[in-house]
Amino acid sequence: MIAFLVTFLLVFFIYLLLTAGSGSVGFWSASELIAGAGLGIVVAGITRKFLCRSDNYRMTNPLRFLLIPVYILGPFLIEVTVANIDVAMRVITGRIRPGILRVSSGMKTDLGIFMLANSITLTPGTITVDIDEETNDLFVHKINVTADEEGKTVTPARELFSFADIPAWIRRIAE
Amino acid sequence: MMDYFSPVAFILVALVFLAMVRLVRGPTPADRAVAVDTVNTLMVAVLILLGVVYRQIIFIDVAIVYALLSFVSTLFIAKYIGGDL
Amino acid sequence: MIAEILIVACLAVGSFFNILGIIGLLRFPDVYTRMHATTKMTTFGSVFTALAVIIYGVTAYLDSVNSQYAVLAIHTLIAAVALAFTNALGSHAIARGAHRAGIKPVQAVVDRLEEVGP
Repeated sequence: MIAFLVTFLLVFFIYLLLTAGSGSVGFWSASELIAGAGLGIVVAGITRKFLCRSDNYRMTNPLRFLLIPVYILGPFLIEVTVANIDVAMRVITGRIRPGILRVSSGMKTDLGIFMLANSITLTPGTITVDIDEETNDLFVHKINVTADEEGKTVTPARELFSFADIPAWIRRIAE
Repeated sequence: MMDYFSPVAFILVALVFLAMVRLVRGPTPADRAVAVDTVNTLMVAVLILLGVVYRQIIFIDVAIVYALLSFVSTLFIAKYIGGDL
Repeated sequence: MIAEILIVACLAVGSFFNILGIIGLLRFPDVYTRMHATTKMTTFGSVFTALAVIIYGVTAYLDSVNSQYAVLAIHTLIAAVALAFTNALGSHAIARGAHRAGIKPVQAVVDRLEEVGP
């Protein structure tokens, strides 16, 4: 029942965003509101088992939810900008030293691993290639492997990022 | 206000043609998949810019649907390359 | 006036990174390094061009209270978010598929995934 409600609210919210500015009831017209609610019930009825698969409703807490935009606009944007300029220099000079590293994530939940892997992939210079399902380790292709990282078998996730402590932020949001 | 958006749209369309070079030449299927993914990303940006240039909001709705559908097709191509399909 | 400068700056940054991404796609030696150049740099560039459109929509809405411009900004925001999320997942999927298909990283100094085995 909670899964149904969460999915319904998410679908309804996205529908309202897409149809904002259509009429007189607030920003919306009455027919759009009714159509959105109807579609939300149908979609939530079909897909409620997919969104809330792990029976874990920690993310419904609005405080954690509002931390996501802060995370994306704050530390994550700084990391992405710095790394983009770094990779831009490498495109121009052509000086690369690629390799695949084993990175210990330190995450326990699926959502935490998902967010960390996506953050690593969106940061230029690193791509998540594969995941070890048992130990939750990530295999990361890095464009510039330092000699220090080459020697270690397992690299901590913190050392992939230069300024902000991205794994600690994700742990604050998702765990 | 001057129209800054259409020159950038022209640049992005030229980049799409440059990405086509990799699409034709790419030695492995994975290279071609990367090139297709790049073309899709650039086309979404071009559609957003054209929506402003021609004052048509429907272009941006098309861009949203294009981004989501190209994601699904990329996933299928990746599954096929990896041999899971 | 400030909005106009911001729009031009965002468009310049966006097209700069898009151009560099395509150069990287044509220049780098193998599929993984090409992916570093394209999927992330073109995503960054495209999100910046979308940001320019969002700034344009918001300022035009504040000048003339016409809800059409607010709709433009909101829809562009949704498109940019969808683009960022789907590109990260898509490039991860292509990298995984390429490694399963047996494509080795060229010039690699270390390959820990190869040691683990399939």
